Amino acid sequence: MSETSSVGIVTARTAHFSEPLKLKSGEVLPAYDLTYETYGTLNADKSNAVLICHALSGNHHVAGKYAETDKYPGWWDNLIGPGRPLDTNKFFVIGLNNLGGCHGSSGPSSINPASGKPWGADFPVFTVEDWVESQARLADYLGIYQLAAVIGGSLGGMQALQWTMSYPDRVRHALVIASAPNLTAQNMAFNEVARQAIMTDPEFYDGHYYEHNTVPRRGLRIARMLGHITYLSDDAMGAKFGRKLRDGEIKYGFGVEFEMESYLRYQGDKFAGEFDANTYLRMTRALDYFDPALEHGGNLSTALANVKARFLVVSFTSDWRFSPARSREIMKALLDNECSVSYAEVTAAHGHDAFLMPDPHYHNILRNYLQNIETGATE
Amino acid sequence: MNATQNLEKIAEYRQDFAIIANWLKFGCKALDLGCGDGELLQFLRGSMEVRGYGVEKDDANWLSCLQNGINVIQMDLEAGLSGFEAQSFDVVILSQTLQAMHNTENIVQEMLRVGREAIVTFPNFGYWRNRLQLMAGQMPVSRDIPYQWYDTPNVHLCTIKDFDQFCENHNIHVKERLVLTYGQRIQFMPNLRGSLAMYRLGRK
Repeated sequence: MSETSSVGIVTARTAHFSEPLKLKSGEVLPAYDLTYETYGTLNADKSNAVLICHALSGNHHVAGKYAETDKYPGWWDNLIGPGRPLDTNKFFVIGLNNLGGCHGSSGPSSINPASGKPWGADFPVFTVEDWVESQARLADYLGIYQLAAVIGGSLGGMQALQWTMSYPDRVRHALVIASAPNLTAQNMAFNEVARQAIMTDPEFYDGHYYEHNTVPRRGLRIARMLGHITYLSDDAMGAKFGRKLRDGEIKYGFGVEFEMESYLRYQGDKFAGEFDANTYLRMTRALDYFDPALEHGGNLSTALANVKARFLVVSFTSDWRFSPARSREIMKALLDNECSVSYAEVTAAHGHDAFLMPDPHYHNILRNYLQNIETGATE
Repeated sequence: MNATQNLEKIAEYRQDFAIIANWLKFGCKALDLGCGDGELLQFLRGSMEVRGYGVEKDDANWLSCLQNGINVIQMDLEAGLSGFEAQSFDVVILSQTLQAMHNTENIVQEMLRVGREAIVTFPNFGYWRNRLQLMAGQMPVSRDIPYQWYDTPNVHLCTIKDFDQFCENHNIHVKERLVLTYGQRIQFMPNLRGSLAMYRLGRK
């Protein structure tokens, strides 16, 4: 295998959109910003662009570092770079912070031009369809009509799938990873518990906590802890922490005694310090509302009747939040429409988190699939 | 590609592939169960413009299919074909995999539920060389059954006579049957002289 490396030092940019965006809910955003990053070079016929759609807590910083001294690179850095599975010698990669996010794109924590104050609870509820609409406008802004591929895991996979329905002519390949055609009741139930944790936090102030110079940190923390439990498999948690005690002894109290507790609290605290609660509420709603079959009498095959893209669908054996069975539903609906589709069920121990891990077989799958994508003239 | 070139291409390949190609309609939709590295589907795509999907459980084989540009679905055939719509394929193929299936009865029925037609090929355990090895007191090892008894994936080996009876008992219509030994067609005493059995099946 050839040498692989990171994309190196990257810079985030922000694009402003002044054309109003009508959302699925009926509300209209008069104007908005989208923050994005790009890696690699757009080729002469603009046929090598790949869009990365992020999941619940992701953002536009997909790969590389802002400075050499950054502790961590972007959230999917192991996938992207020269010689990596998504090879930036071949592809022009775009990552964005979705509309409603809290890392630069317009969202509840940004200023509402109408009031001069943060949007807070007044920021509209958006859907996966709305995101795809805004992403298509970002592609327009970058001068790209057709994407070589849209790639996403989890909620990001839903966006990749939605792209093929909303814009069948504008996407050649969709890589739908650890995703689902909609959430099950159990999956939505986790989202509801997470939202309740946030909304019942006394610091929430009905979503207008910015005005009170506070954040519902406790709620956000519990929401994230719950999320982390569902992103890991029982086996993975067992292997990582088991029943290990932090100080080697039981203390008959309620402090951090088990390693697992330490991990959850650390993850919760970290997240609560950097993520916006109103964004979290809306992201989980985007997950809940995604259900392309709904408008087709519950028939996913009918919903996918007009897609033209070629598909790679990937699931992970130990993922119980977005189980292989859900990916097989997508695969079956694509087969019903005689779409070009390959489906891999990767044996992995990490649960839902596996889609972000550099498992050699998983990365080989992505590498080989992406290598076969034709991109026309290269620079 | 014209018909002559097609035939030339067919002749270059394995005889069993050529026979399967000959049983298919040009441009048909096919599902190849246990497709290995996708060699058969690649051949059928090139020769008959078959719109094919492979099913393969093994990671390495699955990846080879992907590299060969074959649409491939990773799943375990033992669980049946419940993910596939009834009569959604023109043909479902099980090429030299039947003998390694645990759930043999179910898979053949499933093939005929999902496909309008099924093609099944398997090594004939009744082939005289196999019988001879048994007479000599040992489990047969041959080109078509290249395993020792202790490391074989084969669990349901059968003879042509057995499979004929299976079809009869399960209300399966044998549309065509061809028997080969090292690529040569065997018509006289096939269950004794044939090493590879090929069946084209439908519903009665």
